[in-house]
Amino acid sequence: MNSINEAHEAVEEEFSEPSKRSVVVPGEIVVSGEDYLPGEGVRREGENVVASRFGLAEQLGRVVKVIPLTGAYVPRRNNVVIGRITDVLHNGWLSDIDCPGNGFLPIAESPRFINQYEMDQFLAIGDIISAKIWSIKGRGIDLTIKGKGLGKLEGGFIFRVSPSRVPRIIGREGSMIGLIKDNTGCSITLGQNGWVWINGPDTEAMIRARKAVQYIADNVHIGGLTDHMDDWFKKN
Amino acid sequence: MNEMRPIMAKVGIIPNADGSAMFSFGKTVAIAAVYGPRQLHPQHMQDPATGILRVNYDLLSFSVSDRKRPGPSRRSNEISKMIEWALIPVLNLKDFPNTVIDVQIYIPQADASTRVAGINAASMALAHAGIPMKDLVCSVSVGKLDKELVVDVDKEEEDFKEGEGATDFPLAKVAHGDEFTLLQLDGKIQPELISKALAMASDACDEIYEVQKKALKGSVGE
Repeated sequence: MNSINEAHEAVEEEFSEPSKRSVVVPGEIVVSGEDYLPGEGVRREGENVVASRFGLAEQLGRVVKVIPLTGAYVPRRNNVVIGRITDVLHNGWLSDIDCPGNGFLPIAESPRFINQYEMDQFLAIGDIISAKIWSIKGRGIDLTIKGKGLGKLEGGFIFRVSPSRVPRIIGREGSMIGLIKDNTGCSITLGQNGWVWINGPDTEAMIRARKAVQYIADNVHIGGLTDHMDDWFKKN
Repeated sequence: MNEMRPIMAKVGIIPNADGSAMFSFGKTVAIAAVYGPRQLHPQHMQDPATGILRVNYDLLSFSVSDRKRPGPSRRSNEISKMIEWALIPVLNLKDFPNTVIDVQIYIPQADASTRVAGINAASMALAHAGIPMKDLVCSVSVGKLDKELVVDVDKEEEDFKEGEGATDFPLAKVAHGDEFTLLQLDGKIQPELISKALAMASDACDEIYEVQKKALKGSVGE
């Protein structure tokens, strides 16, 4: 189960050597000067770059952006999310992915041929899937389960963390989540919507993995968290 | 007379909400919780062009000395709508079509100026919920006791009867710049005093902004 590959790429740039970090509130001037380029979460007002949302301001070369620290999940293309099937329609499935709007998984986006009349044998109401968002149009989010690590999740359990904490739990190039997997022997799938699925050899290992994920989610602001986690695993 | 009651602000008081905040002026306490953006129901209220903001303000029944009958009332509906209008100018709801941002404001303890405390709390809670905003909104009430202007009205000042009586002048302002998003007036005031009242409010709002900013920044790393 390595369904977070796509997510890693997004995280890589976010966590590669930020030159300066500070907490900003909406309307606050992040930097002044014509040299800077406004990225996500900021806007240009005259010669100042102003924050549009609450979060960590980061400068990467000339680009300035704000990484949100809190808030609900806003779906993006290519995000891997975990959802629960809420309805079986004639041409696909509806899935609750914990954001405004349902995720629609068309029958053609399943990895193998499925008879239209036997759809609920493949995915029934209440089943958990990990899926990738392949398009967002006006209203409606289209999902796909074609791809490595995507599809129905069986066994294990799911729980939720704050969606804004997900990049930190994955860590730079998946270092943090790799650490948890190595230390507990569990397989973990993290959805960008904050749902986490854990499956492992025994319940104790799974609970330990859950505690580790929760611990990181509660302590995202600590610097050098990866090293810190080594100690945590020795203690717990 | 330029003095406000002690201000207190805290962010992240309601773990289940997407964003939450508490704001108090002396004995007046307001809590705000923000949920969303989320799917709007009933569906006929959905707008494919923009998201909507839905504010619910209410006093809790034990917040005032005479028990307040619980549930919505004419007064709370009116104040909810007016807080909505005070907050919309700083939000960019076009980014979230078909959705709603729910803001719940409750007053556990009331000593006048509850609506402005509510606006301050809501503005912080919206920022805490990670919603894109142009700026924070700061809000304060200016009062006139007989002929004298005071900032941040409490219950005693609101009930002032002597001379020209008491005037309550609640207003809200975008933190940077001179844009006012709310002006209400309950009572009488001379036109020439209004500019003075606005200037007093601006100074008070600067002070409130610093407290809001500090509370938001302080919430990181807890």
